[in-house]
Amino acid sequence: MSAVPEKRRIPDRLGTSFTRLFSSWEMLLLGVAIVIFIANSFASPYFLNVWNLSDATFNFTEKAMIAFAMALLIISGEIDLSVAAIIALASTAMGAAAQMGVGTPGLVAIGVSVGLLAGAFNGLLVAGLGLPSIVVTIGTMSLFRGISYIVLGDQAYGGYPESFAYFGQGYVFWVFSFEFVLFALCAVLFAVLLHATSFGRRVYAIGNNAFAARFSGIPVERVKFILFLLTGLMSGIAAVCLTSRLGSTRPSIAQGWELEIVTMVVLGGVSILGGSGTIGGVVIAAFVMGLVTFGLGLLNVPGIVMSIFIGLLLIVTISLPIIIRRLKSGKVA
Amino acid sequence: MNRILKHREILLFGIIAILVAGFSARAPGFASPKNLAGIFNDTSILIILALGQMAVILTKSIDLSVAANLAFTGMAVAMLNAAHPELPLALLIVVALGIGAFLGAINGLFVWKLGIPPIVVTLGTLTIYRGMAFVLSGGGWVNAHQMTPVFLNTPRQVFLGLPILGWTAIAIVILVTIMMTRTFFGRALYASGGNPTAAVYAGIDVGRTRFFAFVLSGALAGLCGYLWVSRYAVAYVDIAAGFELDSVAACVIGGISTLGGIGTVAGTVLGALFLGVIKNALPVINISPFWQMAISGAVIILAVIFNARQEKRRGRIILRDKAAKTYQEAPAA
Repeated sequence: MSAVPEKRRIPDRLGTSFTRLFSSWEMLLLGVAIVIFIANSFASPYFLNVWNLSDATFNFTEKAMIAFAMALLIISGEIDLSVAAIIALASTAMGAAAQMGVGTPGLVAIGVSVGLLAGAFNGLLVAGLGLPSIVVTIGTMSLFRGISYIVLGDQAYGGYPESFAYFGQGYVFWVFSFEFVLFALCAVLFAVLLHATSFGRRVYAIGNNAFAARFSGIPVERVKFILFLLTGLMSGIAAVCLTSRLGSTRPSIAQGWELEIVTMVVLGGVSILGGSGTIGGVVIAAFVMGLVTFGLGLLNVPGIVMSIFIGLLLIVTISLPIIIRRLKSGKVA
Repeated sequence: MNRILKHREILLFGIIAILVAGFSARAPGFASPKNLAGIFNDTSILIILALGQMAVILTKSIDLSVAANLAFTGMAVAMLNAAHPELPLALLIVVALGIGAFLGAINGLFVWKLGIPPIVVTLGTLTIYRGMAFVLSGGGWVNAHQMTPVFLNTPRQVFLGLPILGWTAIAIVILVTIMMTRTFFGRALYASGGNPTAAVYAGIDVGRTRFFAFVLSGALAGLCGYLWVSRYAVAYVDIAAGFELDSVAACVIGGISTLGGIGTVAGTVLGALFLGVIKNALPVINISPFWQMAISGAVIILAVIFNARQEKRRGRIILRDKAAKTYQEAPAA
């Protein structure tokens, strides 16, 4: 970040909608997705199979659900690194309840409300006390997962009721899993919330200039609180799905997911500095990441090596536009 | 009295002293010089790592890749030692510093030349470096019997009641203190975090300062890689997983403002010692080590709240009697 403001040139017109559409980040990303899809189907004979592809969606549906809420949060200029720890906490709470014989509806209620509570706690610290969200959520990340460790230690919870398995393993119809349908539903809901409501406009306004937003009568703190609440809620829902899919809870559940979720959001074209981004981009990014990890999995690449690709993907996708912009404006770094 | 309480370092020192006194009431011998030396030795690696983190945080950045850097460098040095036992230890330490500095420089370059937010860069390199440790070792371990006795035992040699490991930490503390208070670079670190715009007008290259802060943090992480491997006599991919949070926690507890520009070496060292005392006291007072994560999370959050309140108060005081205090209230540095 250069400290001296650069001179801005404001163009007379923004180009035609046609050229804009094709030069947009989302289109580029869609191209990448298609290339990866084609490359995968050449690389492995098992790739082009409806059931395999359906299985592949499990790689990203839970993360993407959180990524939608995280996208709104990052657009507003905040971040939540505690999402994976919220999953661990919610999952631990559900596991403890299952040991006491709580039924499926009760478990879901507990998982979702623990997520909401954890999100409210983050929101209170960031929006209520005005603390920097990066450090606060690093703290709550350690606190939430730490509570799971206190409860579980090196043990694991299992023994969930049979009907509970539906959320992570059930299919709504044909190859469409419950998780995938929920993912699609969340995508639509969040797209409407961000792009078609005044709440969404407020999120953008806050991310671009929280000061100006406040003077325009936007309750900045309340909106941020709601966003943390939403992120907690989605983490709770993801916890229900993941716990149901795995059928057990360990304190290390969803370890490192916060990174993958932030990567997904940033890869989807959301500016990490806040103020811009779309849900559509995040949806495509979710598919790209799902396809990459699934394809590498089919090629027997170990998980930790995959994480190198995810890390590279994150850094490269952020650097490329900056480098291209530099080259275009003829300014060499 | 109020004046003393305002000094973060003295306050923290008091809290640590009270903690030690409290623990020794429960377990006699906890406050014995031998045990305290043991705790200091045990905390040495965290102290060194936190000092690098401090330099980075002072410039309004954060380095989440330190633990991954430590793991990679530790693995590289251990493998080098196992493969070529004839290489002198001094050379291996130089190699460790060099690899660490190189990995830190990669972080720094992205932050400096491309202006990517440090949290994103280091979140990405965190996974990449740890993944590289896996690629390097093929997932294998380097065990004690593969390392040379000199490599393993040098940091354990006791000198004046404290192992060399502890003396190394003391030496680094002295070096960093001199660097922070007596050199242009130290000034530049404070200036580019405290007020980047003013720093530019004062002739300080903020980007370059950040870059070198990351190099320093990386080099110290590399050194810690060797110290860690020799201390625990084993190298594998997952060593020091999550340790980056401890280094951030030590800084935050020590009063380093995450907004940059505020903090001291003494504060960081005491912050690390605070965590070290708690970690060593838990088994003594019969609390499961699984509590540690949640406790450090809670302490981070409390410290952030405390820091924010103190910074706010200081701001008000400056506003109220600005004229009277112009000569006394030199900027914190």
